[in-house]
Amino acid sequence: MAQQAAPVEGTTGGNTPLNERVSAGRVAPAWLRRFMKNGAGVTGLIGVIIVLVMAFAAPLLAPHDPARQYFDGLTDFGDPLPPSERFPLGTDTLGRDLASRILYGARVSLLVGVLANGAAVLLGLIIGVVAGYFRGVTETILMRITDVMTAFPALILAIALAAILRPSLWIVALVIALVNWVWIARAIYAQVLSIGQREFVEAAGALGVGTFRTLFRHILPHLVSTLMVFGTLGISTTVLLEASLSFLGVGVQPPTPSWGGIINESQSYFLDAPWLVAFPGVAIVLTSLSFNLFGEALRDSLDLAERR
Amino acid sequence: MIAYLSQRVLQAAGVLLGVSIITFLLAFLLPADPARMIAGRSATVATVESIREQLGLNRPLPQQYVTYLGNLLKGDFGRSYAQKADVTRIIRSRLAPTLQLALVGILFELLIGLPMGMIAAIKRGTWVDQGVMAFAFVGVSAPQFVVGLLLIYFFAYLIPIFPLGGYGTARHIVLPAIAVGLAGGGWYARVTRSAMIDVLRQGYVRTARAKGVFPSKVVFKHVLKNAVLPVVALVGLDIGVFMGGIVIVESVFGWPGIGQMIWQAIQLVDIPVIMGGVLVTALFVVLGNLLADLVYPALDPRIRYS
Repeated sequence: MAQQAAPVEGTTGGNTPLNERVSAGRVAPAWLRRFMKNGAGVTGLIGVIIVLVMAFAAPLLAPHDPARQYFDGLTDFGDPLPPSERFPLGTDTLGRDLASRILYGARVSLLVGVLANGAAVLLGLIIGVVAGYFRGVTETILMRITDVMTAFPALILAIALAAILRPSLWIVALVIALVNWVWIARAIYAQVLSIGQREFVEAAGALGVGTFRTLFRHILPHLVSTLMVFGTLGISTTVLLEASLSFLGVGVQPPTPSWGGIINESQSYFLDAPWLVAFPGVAIVLTSLSFNLFGEALRDSLDLAERR
Repeated sequence: MIAYLSQRVLQAAGVLLGVSIITFLLAFLLPADPARMIAGRSATVATVESIREQLGLNRPLPQQYVTYLGNLLKGDFGRSYAQKADVTRIIRSRLAPTLQLALVGILFELLIGLPMGMIAAIKRGTWVDQGVMAFAFVGVSAPQFVVGLLLIYFFAYLIPIFPLGGYGTARHIVLPAIAVGLAGGGWYARVTRSAMIDVLRQGYVRTARAKGVFPSKVVFKHVLKNAVLPVVALVGLDIGVFMGGIVIVESVFGWPGIGQMIWQAIQLVDIPVIMGGVLVTALFVVLGNLLADLVYPALDPRIRYS
């Protein structure tokens, strides 16, 4: 008769079939269990959580006020101080505590990264779905626009936009989104094309189901996995872009602390005070890396890519 | 094949046209008046006006664009507003350094990525594999300016093997090329590893290894050929990307490339230079893509375009 499922440790499964236990909510869905086995992915998730904690708890964790310039925060010659007991990561060119600035900088970088990626995913989703579902002229126009945007050097576009729009935190997020939506739109478009060809969509159309209903109830659910992956993987890119723009001076403006901005301000002192580049740099790498590992592991466990 | 080629060329032309329109609009949205910037601070209103007249800046935008396009087709990119030179000459002076950095950058990408990917694939599942993949991931997650600055600190300052920056000898290109190539190298390593694993899983290879024999040279060549395929596509794309987008590395190392040229032109609202620079960049991107698309079927006869 029905096969006996092997008991899963940690549950009171006993001999209940697996699917019953999943519906009862006592066993995690398959993809989540796969994810938990992915060491790199879990590490990435931990990294993401750490960065989030840093950002949210900055006021609690920071040893000093990030904006406060200490008179004794510089050497007698006016150079930044190396790490010490009082300033755990050293001071910057204006005598401000680096550790506090990095903690508060996490807020900025994370905020911009998440916002920008969210906007990019939304934009990419809309364009990809519209192009892939409605086909025809709309499709051609939208895909041509995507082609043009791909040929545009992303950083140059971002710089130009930032120069036009007078950078602030929100503008930077917008700029990054405008530069980053393209590959998301392409991927969604390809997926919608393949979904749209499946029978149930044809059936829905034949039954006279309205456009919006088809989109929301039949097509969108299949895109959820892709969106989850892009929603996390994309942040690794947007954080890097924000750092780059701030480094060039067209990102988040001082005195708001931003990791790229700190490095930018410290360039002339850098050979004498390498910690001003090393510590924010490490912060950027760890953040981007964590989201990268997390996103890739999500993709693997959701079975979107081929198994390795 | 010819039909496909001409279709792609037409597509490319369309893309370039689109890029030119968008760039033109963006350039004119920049919040500064080029006429005033040329005239200088102490110029009178009349001077500014006459400069504006000369440059044709007071004509309607579409007309300016059409004029620009017309000149473009004659090979004239215009004259720079900020420097007293033809844009063509400025771009030409920047082409060589940019090309050099791009090519050496790609070389480093391949040098770093391919061996790493192959080793990881062969030693799949072991700590070697994990270590290599960890390095690859870190490489992709590190911003170029951080890598660049750290490279300068360690290899040009602490241990002064390489110069601190600038352009000139072969030594000058090493650090910038590594900074440029590290991220791509990580990417290549992962792609090569995947492709190789796929091929290594093929029946005949497994048989040979099960017999204790390392696959013969012939098989190895076949493995390489298949594994190299996705890398080829990436190289094509990279040519395009590198030709235009390495502003950051150029800025950190003081490398006189096209990226820097466009960056400065944006700050000075030097519209002809911006237009010329972006168009040349887009041209390389399009060419790079085209190249990749052409080389693909040449390497793998199974891929043919109808």
